[in-house]
Amino acid sequence: MADQVGATNLRSLWRVFRRNRMALVGLFMLGAMIFTAVFAPQIAPHDPDEVIRISIDDIYAKPGANHLLGTDDAGRDVLSNFIYGARVSLTVGFFAAAISVFIGATVGIFAGFYGGRVENLLMRFTDIMLVIPDLPLAIVLVALTKPRLSNIIIVIGILGWTGTARLIRSQTLAVKQRKFVLRARAIGAGNWHIIRRHIFPLVLPLIVVNTVLAISLAILAESTLSFIGLGDPTTLSWGQMLNYAFGRGAMSSGALWALITPGLGIVWVVLACTLLGQGLEQMLNPRTEWHHLSVGAEMVDREQIARHAAMREEASLGAAPTGSPASG
Amino acid sequence: MSKATMQPEPDSPILEVTDLRKLFPVKKVRLFGAKDRFVHAVDGVSFQVGHGEVLALVGESGCGKSTLALTLMGLEKPTSGDILFEGDSLASQNSRGLKTWRRHIQMVFQDPYESLNPLMTIGDIVAEPLVVHGIAPNREEREARVIRALEDSGLKPATEYLHRLPHELSGGQRQRVVIAGALVLEPTVLLADEPVSMLDVSIRAEILNLLADLRQKRGISILFITHDMGTIAHFADRIAVMYLGRIVEIGQTLEVLSNPQHPYTKALLSVVPVPNPRLRRERIILQGETPNPIDLPSGCRFHPRCPVAFEQCPVVDPRLLSIGDQDEIPHAAACLLVNAESQPVP
Repeated sequence: MADQVGATNLRSLWRVFRRNRMALVGLFMLGAMIFTAVFAPQIAPHDPDEVIRISIDDIYAKPGANHLLGTDDAGRDVLSNFIYGARVSLTVGFFAAAISVFIGATVGIFAGFYGGRVENLLMRFTDIMLVIPDLPLAIVLVALTKPRLSNIIIVIGILGWTGTARLIRSQTLAVKQRKFVLRARAIGAGNWHIIRRHIFPLVLPLIVVNTVLAISLAILAESTLSFIGLGDPTTLSWGQMLNYAFGRGAMSSGALWALITPGLGIVWVVLACTLLGQGLEQMLNPRTEWHHLSVGAEMVDREQIARHAAMREEASLGAAPTGSPASG
Repeated sequence: MSKATMQPEPDSPILEVTDLRKLFPVKKVRLFGAKDRFVHAVDGVSFQVGHGEVLALVGESGCGKSTLALTLMGLEKPTSGDILFEGDSLASQNSRGLKTWRRHIQMVFQDPYESLNPLMTIGDIVAEPLVVHGIAPNREEREARVIRALEDSGLKPATEYLHRLPHELSGGQRQRVVIAGALVLEPTVLLADEPVSMLDVSIRAEILNLLADLRQKRGISILFITHDMGTIAHFADRIAVMYLGRIVEIGQTLEVLSNPQHPYTKALLSVVPVPNPRLRRERIILQGETPNPIDLPSGCRFHPRCPVAFEQCPVVDPRLLSIGDQDEIPHAAACLLVNAESQPVP
């Protein structure tokens, strides 16, 4: 039974998703970067770990036939570093986001569902975490532990969950008020059953959106930490590349490729996640106008009526969307 | 427990409510000496429901009907008073007892559009009570029971509905799903909280007939909560009229409808539409709004709106007393004009 529902839901979601160009672009950008990271050994022209003998000319060598994006301070191929760096950055992004969304969603659901003292305790704790500036605390924590990749992931994960917790809590409060939760109680269901079968599935879309947005924040955080020298010295992330280039005279020797390449990588992934996340949010968050079930007061807006009419027309003609329905 | 274990004596009520009170505290900033204030949702209600009986609870919105239903389900804790189901007291139930309680007493909610989880299939929704109570753990048996409940609720063929989602069904079909979800546990008491008020008039009769059928076939006792006198006349055995948290009149349907005693009942009946347009009746239109259930009127709660109130009414709180004790099933009303012998309640 469940898989059929999933299938119909996915299909109708995809139909809405396709109309949202920004989200499509984001999905494509993120997909391309994941592909690059997964197939790094096949794509990269050089092995970053290969033993190389270099001369003075190989340091910050200009982009050329052998090194498409030039070389860095150690004479290594920037393009290959960039491709392998995607692995590190994305790994940190995904795992740290998973940790922070897991904590945030758990705190949010429990606080929203149980209310009273539990909620007070959890949300005051969330507030405390929220007011502590993340970066200085992250610096302290990473400095105190060993700057290993796993530690960085954990530190970023346990610092970034507060926003998720607040968002999920408010959605849980809304879902909890609905009649089918009361009905579940009336048939004798306990709290755990209600959370699992009634609250969680309805909060899940928001959790998905949050995960995507959390990935970009986590990648940014990792780059920041690596750039200021708190990255894992044994791996080469984009932040680490920036750190080396910045600290070892790439600026003064005019080797902009060593700075721009990792910088653009970070921008690329963060932008992709933001576009995708916002697109998903517009679709899945019932409070935004773009939700596929929404017929709210916003619909009265003339411009929007016109836009929706145009969309319907396109849909009936089966033509590719023109104009820009994905604005906002 | 497998089947309903208790074999009841023929005359003992299945559900007995005694002096039930449910007060909700009103939150406000308290300064020195400010009194705690309460909303008197249910305020001293007593009644009984017999085996296989349909009792209709009538009253306008805000009179405490729904709160009463939630209290009967154990979803709200009564402030005082008690509820006996087959002689078992609700007050003495622990959480496991409460779960069993909710197996025998089931509820149908007012709004079929809101009381179904939009992400669950009809099959899953109806099977949910079985899963919760761990009944029929194997798949085929559970499905068989789900199909039987759906067909008993008039969704035939049931297999066509199993994999559909609530939004694919009409309001009437959804209400049938809700009823099926209650029936699947084979309850002995069904609380129907305005089960037809959100439905089209054309579908109301079907759902009412379905409930009447269930009573006939399964011997389920039904507490039917409604604000509409018209919908219940043809299948309720008894009617209880509620006003501001109290029962003001209770008796056999025919008796109450043909010979209403309380002025509030009279007013309600006078505005029920009749099919004959030439038949002119005097309509009693009540003055004013329902009083605030926080600041209740003194004496009889109905006196500020009562067309026949006299000087004793704001002083004396009339009790629910039987009119003419010759009836087998007593007809009782709480009005000073009806019960001249009522004494003021201190």
